[in-house]
Amino acid sequence: MALDKPALVEFIYDLVKNAQGKKQLKAMDLQKAVLKAHPDQDKNSVKFAIKDLIDTGRCVYTYFGGSFVELPHEEGAAKKV
Amino acid sequence: MSDTPLLDKLETGPWPSFVKDLKRAAARKPAAKDLLRQLDRSYKDKITHWKHGGIVGVLGYGSGIIGRYSDLPDEFPGVEHFHTVRVNQPSGWFYTTKALRDLCDIWDRHGSSILNVHGSTGDMVFLGTTTDQLEPCFAKLTAKGWDLGGSGSAMRTPSCCVGKARCEWSCYDTMDLCYQLTQEFQFDMHRPSFPYKYKIKCSGCPNDCVASVARADLSVIGVWKDDIRIDQAAVKAYAGGELKPRGGGSPYAKLDVKADVTDLCPTACMKFDGSKLTIDNKNCNHCMHCISLMPQALRPGTETGATLLQGSHAPILEGAQMSWVIVPFMPMEAPYDEIKELIANIHEWWSENGKNRERVGELMLRLGMRNFFKAVGLEPPSQTVRTPRANPFFFWHAEDFEAEAAGRKYIKL
Repeated sequence: MALDKPALVEFIYDLVKNAQGKKQLKAMDLQKAVLKAHPDQDKNSVKFAIKDLIDTGRCVYTYFGGSFVELPHEEGAAKKV
Repeated sequence: MSDTPLLDKLETGPWPSFVKDLKRAAARKPAAKDLLRQLDRSYKDKITHWKHGGIVGVLGYGSGIIGRYSDLPDEFPGVEHFHTVRVNQPSGWFYTTKALRDLCDIWDRHGSSILNVHGSTGDMVFLGTTTDQLEPCFAKLTAKGWDLGGSGSAMRTPSCCVGKARCEWSCYDTMDLCYQLTQEFQFDMHRPSFPYKYKIKCSGCPNDCVASVARADLSVIGVWKDDIRIDQAAVKAYAGGELKPRGGGSPYAKLDVKADVTDLCPTACMKFDGSKLTIDNKNCNHCMHCISLMPQALRPGTETGATLLQGSHAPILEGAQMSWVIVPFMPMEAPYDEIKELIANIHEWWSENGKNRERVGELMLRLGMRNFFKAVGLEPPSQTVRTPRANPFFFWHAEDFEAEAAGRKYIKL
């Protein structure tokens, strides 16, 4: 069954959180994971749920040879203080 | 002794040097000074001292900021952070001087003051700032009506030639299409959700001044369907030396119409008998050679639109590739619904099937043109056959047998 927006946002957040430090997920990986669990979920709703997570600062986009969605973390490349 | 002995040597050559430019900036900006020092160090060490990527950006955007750090921050503190900001350029790169001053003032205040006008994607590139300056810089840019361009695994900022603004050969309004596509795909430009980058470049005619055939995942190249327009009197004037070839842009004073034009036609579809030029337009492949040489005598036809090609890229997973025709002719008029829908379908197919860092052209080769056409809902026209008669095999699918039995026609009249 398709999730409503708040539930979808939390579902995606959990996917990102559980993958943190193990696998970097692209936006499309998240969409595929959502559709696997909820085949009738609208693809656009996944895009906007990711947007919600990014706009609220709960997740960030990162670039390491490709763009990923991750939890905010300390910049590894920056000078350690 | 100078801090940058190797770079100093670059200044001694006959050509203008970026070193001179950066030294001028270094008098005001510590970042520019350390940039020179670090580069000189890299020349000595023969390795880069940049670290690239990371999490820097502005809130809500996953594109437009490219993180860059020095791996020798204690030695070169001015470039400890040296992030790049891509600013979406106006279509055709037309700026007012006021707009340029605004941009320079913002960058002088929030960055190193070093610019790249323009990057190969097309954006105005601001080179070198620190993480804490990104949000204030972005706020000032947006307050002046600017936005960030694309970067990462996203739709990159579409770019175009000057088109009808300055060029009589433009077969469609490249600047309008570029602007409309930029607006249509804002979400995909700012929020990376593709397997890798996706570039659109719009050229008004087959001269392809933005080199879209070699640099864009989707090359939109203006073309005409009807006949090349000929002014026979002007052809004679070229033959007689009254008109200069290439509008005076050629080293030759007089054109030999047979040797320089008709004999060099790649499909040999032109003839010149000394007084009259004739063109077998059905065999013309629109190379623009004759039109470029005799612009006052020859012009593209009036039934105009664009050819869409897909897939060019520099070597990444596979070797370099040129774009491949997918739609031989598409009318290009606002609101451009047909091309927008096609692009959205391409994105969906690529996102569904593409591997990480696989460009759409590479996916097209991996899964085959046939699968591509089927997935995006295009008819496979004969112009997509890249090497006709080179492959004698045809792979029949079950549905082909059924279509044959139902009387499918291959030639549409």
